[in-house]
Amino acid sequence: MSLAELHLALLSAGPAHGYDLKGSYDAWFPDAKPLPFGQVYATLGRLVRDGLAEVVETRSEGGPERTVYAVTAAGRQRLREWLAEPAPPAVAGTEDLVRKAVVALRTRDPDRPASSFVDDQRAAHLRRIRALAAGDRSGAQDDLGSRLARRYAALHLDADLRWLDEAAAALETRSPHPDQEGPR
Amino acid sequence: MNLPRDDATGPGPALALRSVSHAYSRTPALREVSLTVEPGEVVAVTGPSGCGKSTLLHVAAGLLVPQAGSVDLLGTDLHDLDETARAVLRRRGVGIVLQYGQLVPDMTLEDNVALPLLLDGGDLAASRTAARDALARVGLEQAGQAVPEELSGGQAQRAAIARALITSPRLLLADEPVASLDAVAAADALDLMLAVARRDGGAVVLVTHDNLVAATADREVRLREGRVERETVLR
Repeated sequence: MSLAELHLALLSAGPAHGYDLKGSYDAWFPDAKPLPFGQVYATLGRLVRDGLAEVVETRSEGGPERTVYAVTAAGRQRLREWLAEPAPPAVAGTEDLVRKAVVALRTRDPDRPASSFVDDQRAAHLRRIRALAAGDRSGAQDDLGSRLARRYAALHLDADLRWLDEAAAALETRSPHPDQEGPR
Repeated sequence: MNLPRDDATGPGPALALRSVSHAYSRTPALREVSLTVEPGEVVAVTGPSGCGKSTLLHVAAGLLVPQAGSVDLLGTDLHDLDETARAVLRRRGVGIVLQYGQLVPDMTLEDNVALPLLLDGGDLAASRTAARDALARVGLEQAGQAVPEELSGGQAQRAAIARALITSPRLLLADEPVASLDAVAAADALDLMLAVARRDGGAVVLVTHDNLVAATADREVRLREGRVERETVLR
């Protein structure tokens, strides 16, 4: 994940401290894992070291001291270069799904047939899509970016479900012991 | 004719199928299907092509009498009703949305939407007023005098939704209601349909092969080869 560039993008909206950046990140990418604070500060430290961001202010405002960061001209240039590169057309985030499906298909547990895995995974995916749609209806985080991020997640989950349907259909028609079949 | 009482809809389930079986010629379409839909509940019926989804919807609507099992629609056993009485029950308590809207081609949108009220003996002026209100709810307040061929697919489907919901039905039955629409129009039409149905406290049965549509339901009932393969609570 391009955490450095994402931080530069968040800072390009205006100077901010780490706490704000984490909040913005979680709002921009509602279906991603929340960003740990430690990672925010470590990333900001590297950006400053590399001249891509700078410290512009230290505020205390009665509470703990907070450092305010801003993107530099070099940082903006890095962000432009990053955006100019197409993202690799790779499938992301589904490795666990594929691995579990393959394991479920290849290990024949009579107490837990592979179809149970497919059914349970389908239920989990549908619930997640439902939650994403509820996010659209709730009006919270209703900006275009958040909507598009939710839509991206829902469409990818739909693709997973179609693949699971194919897997389930293959399960029904497969030979009982495909691994022991000889070459044809 | 054995007409249903207007108050025939008690506090029980909106729909209850018990051990329903039906075959076309010798091909079984439904086998021992039982399904209960509570008031206010949205149920998605899913499954591969030919699994019996549409047959189930026709049975639920009383459009098809199954060869075995019983169907309670809005608290009334359909076996107790003749065809005319089933039609009355459907008009008064059930909204139906099909994939292509099925609006009457040479009627204005306003009259298309007013049709369920007019068929039930409603006053023309009052029915048209209600139709205008229903069209406004689906964002078509300016299109009342248009005929269906002047509409986009999304607009026609919105009008079909308005028609299905004009009687504030206790049960909405929808067969692939947004399959003919592009993704944005589909999401809008679906949101609209569920919002209006939920606001009125109606139950909804959505027959769909679309995962994104199924995921809007409270419960998924998955059919395979005419049987209920699995039920999953989604909410």
